[in-house]
Amino acid sequence: MSQFEAVLLLGMGVITFAIRYTLFAVGHRVRFSPLVQQALGYVPVAVLTAIIVPAVVMPDGNSLQLTLDNAYLVGGVVAVLIAAFSRNLLLTIFGSILVFFLWRWWLAG
Amino acid sequence: MSAKTNALLCGARDTVPMLIGATPFGVIFGTLAVASGLSLPATLLMSALVFAGSAQFIAVSLIASGAGLVVLLLTTFIVNLRHALYSASLMSHVSHLSQRWKIPLAFWLTDESFAVVQRHYLDPQIPLESKHWYYLGSCLAMYSNWFLCTLVGALLGNALPGMAGWGLDFAMVATFTGIVVPLLRTRPMLLAAVVAGLVALVAYDLPWKLGLMLAALCGVSAGVLAERWSAAASVREVGNESV
Repeated sequence: MSQFEAVLLLGMGVITFAIRYTLFAVGHRVRFSPLVQQALGYVPVAVLTAIIVPAVVMPDGNSLQLTLDNAYLVGGVVAVLIAAFSRNLLLTIFGSILVFFLWRWWLAG
Repeated sequence: MSAKTNALLCGARDTVPMLIGATPFGVIFGTLAVASGLSLPATLLMSALVFAGSAQFIAVSLIASGAGLVVLLLTTFIVNLRHALYSASLMSHVSHLSQRWKIPLAFWLTDESFAVVQRHYLDPQIPLESKHWYYLGSCLAMYSNWFLCTLVGALLGNALPGMAGWGLDFAMVATFTGIVVPLLRTRPMLLAAVVAGLVALVAYDLPWKLGLMLAALCGVSAGVLAERWSAAASVREVGNESV
């Protein structure tokens, strides 16, 4: 393992743990300002959506592919629909992965 | 079977849906990591020590594009910042525990376990004394699965260099969509998602995944502003009615 890798692992590990642990450690002694509390509420939706959207509409990382030959787009739309109507995570994951692979298989055939 | 063991097993059982999403994600992480030039021990250690799927995924793609340490660590911080929200929501439930419990429970806090465990803490019919065992069960299931999947992916990646093109990374999209969509219950939340998604696309070509950070920042700001405006508007409405 190179020195770069060692520093990277240690750094990523410490940063991630610090984010997860700080509030558990200080417990009830900390109070967020209302603005910070409000902003934190939007972080998961903003970060996860910012990861999902490019992965779905430009899976090659270069150009927009808003067409039906893009299985990521088709699978992503199906995932949104299943999640919106069922609110069932297992069904969303299973259903959309199944559609994704069937679509790819159909496109290849 | 004691109540603790029972709670531990229930936590693991309720996490099974999450494992299904995380399994291909972990395998593809292992595959991509070795393909991006990360050594096998470093790949395994990253899953063991960092244990944050999306950050690991993004780190590996940054390594492949030749990014430096500062960029990698800053991206890790931004991508994982959402975990501060998870620990903020759970902290009142774990405040009675000793540090011996809090340290591992914090280390193992992921999107998936949070989604499962938070629902459990909100159920008032279950006694609080067993709930951290349930939390631990969920974490252990996620952690062991994540490590094993990374190992399988890294070994497969060494053996079958073409596997990175199979589309297994769609599992990440499926899991995150399943987590995000049920959260879009208010208009500001929906706006935050739309703005974050659009900015992520427009700013995609910025170096070092800065587009992701910018998108997160814009999405959060849009949500907060929309919430404040709608609150102010409803205050005005109430004011007008009372006149």
